[in-house]
Amino acid sequence: MARAGWKFNPYHHRIPEALERARHPVPPADTEWPVWEVFRQPERGEPHVHVGSVHAPDAQMALVLAKEQFSRREPCVQLWVVRAEAIFATPYEDADIFEPALDRTYRLAAGYKVRPRINQAASSSEEPSS
Amino acid sequence: MTQAQLEARRLERFEARVARGEKVEPGDWMPEEYRFELARLIHNHANSEIMGALPEGSWIPYAPTLKRKMALTAKVQDEVGHGHLLYRVAETLGKSREQMLEELFSGKAKFSNVFHYPAETWADVGIIGWLIDGAAIVNQTMMAQGSYGPYSRALKRICAEESFHIKHGYDIVVSLATGTPEQRAMLQDALNRWWEPIMMFFGPSDKRSVHTEKLVRWRVKLKTNDEQRQEFLRKFVPKIWELGLSIPDPNLYIDEQGTVHYTEPDWDQFLTVVRGGGPMSQARLATRRLAWEENAWVREALALAEKRYADFPIA
Ligand SMILES: [Fe+2]
Ligand SMILES: [Fe+2]
Repeated sequence: MARAGWKFNPYHHRIPEALERARHPVPPADTEWPVWEVFRQPERGEPHVHVGSVHAPDAQMALVLAKEQFSRREPCVQLWVVRAEAIFATPYEDADIFEPALDRTYRLAAGYKVRPRINQAASSSEEPSS
Repeated sequence: MTQAQLEARRLERFEARVARGEKVEPGDWMPEEYRFELARLIHNHANSEIMGALPEGSWIPYAPTLKRKMALTAKVQDEVGHGHLLYRVAETLGKSREQMLEELFSGKAKFSNVFHYPAETWADVGIIGWLIDGAAIVNQTMMAQGSYGPYSRALKRICAEESFHIKHGYDIVVSLATGTPEQRAMLQDALNRWWEPIMMFFGPSDKRSVHTEKLVRWRVKLKTNDEQRQEFLRKFVPKIWELGLSIPDPNLYIDEQGTVHYTEPDWDQFLTVVRGGGPMSQARLATRRLAWEENAWVREALALAEKRYADFPIA
């Protein structure tokens, strides 16, 4: 059976050359570009959600790379890129600052129960007055 | 508190966090051994993604139809994308991307054993997509449950794409299995050549591999190599037989409990291959380096490009 198909690939044609050149590697160019965090908005009205990060020399390239990397299949109407170093974060060790110091139900809708009181008032006013 | 007491307390807190099922994030304190093992593992994983693009990428020009060509191109693009994601994750553990690529080219860092072999026919593309990506998803779904936050986030996304790779590979395999006698023969030939590398994919048997009790406790590793191999075989052996293909292992059978028994692969051979002694090891590394060097001008041009339309401020 013929199984020589793969030999026609341009890179496979060049394997001897590649092996020869690998003996004298060229030092890589400096591509330690900054990191950009990527936020994707799936549709108008939805929030932009952090999806990952890319290396890029500038914002324009960061957007191009982010499009290739984070919207190949996922719906997207807009991407944001932000230099990672522009983001400031609270330390995880201090995560206890987010724990409620006391009962915080007064801040929450669920902290207010009106229906039982209305029902109770309604039923007591239905009682025949003596 | 002495330095040693401080370290002990940190380790205790770290282990308690992992035991609670919480993720570890880049800024967190972590044991040096945890950082080192994870960095090595993720680096190898990233390498495998971009090296795996080579055997499959070489078939893009010869895909039999336009639809297959587009699907294979999309798959190869996904794999390179996985490489990007994973190098980013590995970078959060200390090494730069450039350093990691250099370690790959020079043979210091490894990549998956299966990509040290040639992809000889179109049927290989089907077998790789179906069975190798099928094996990879067993490993990656497991690793997505691991303790390192960035890795587990990347893997969730990767697994979603892998399911397309497997389905597309299966589709190619089914086309050939239900095709002409020549196509069936080509498929069987591909399976015969790939079976042993696939059996080695999850790494040496538990009897041989170094005890990884600590890595299991730290949720760097969640199942042993043999457990993963067994999971893969239970899933795929019946499907391979269903297509009328035969598996080139005379000792392979499924017992009443559904456990698959098989011939133990030659693990010395495996080590030779992953250390760069496989049939395509050097050719692939040289090809990867050649592509990196020849495309250097693109990276240089990008760095110099006139900054034009990045002027769409959001506030
Ligand atoms: Fe992948
Ligand atoms: Fe894949």
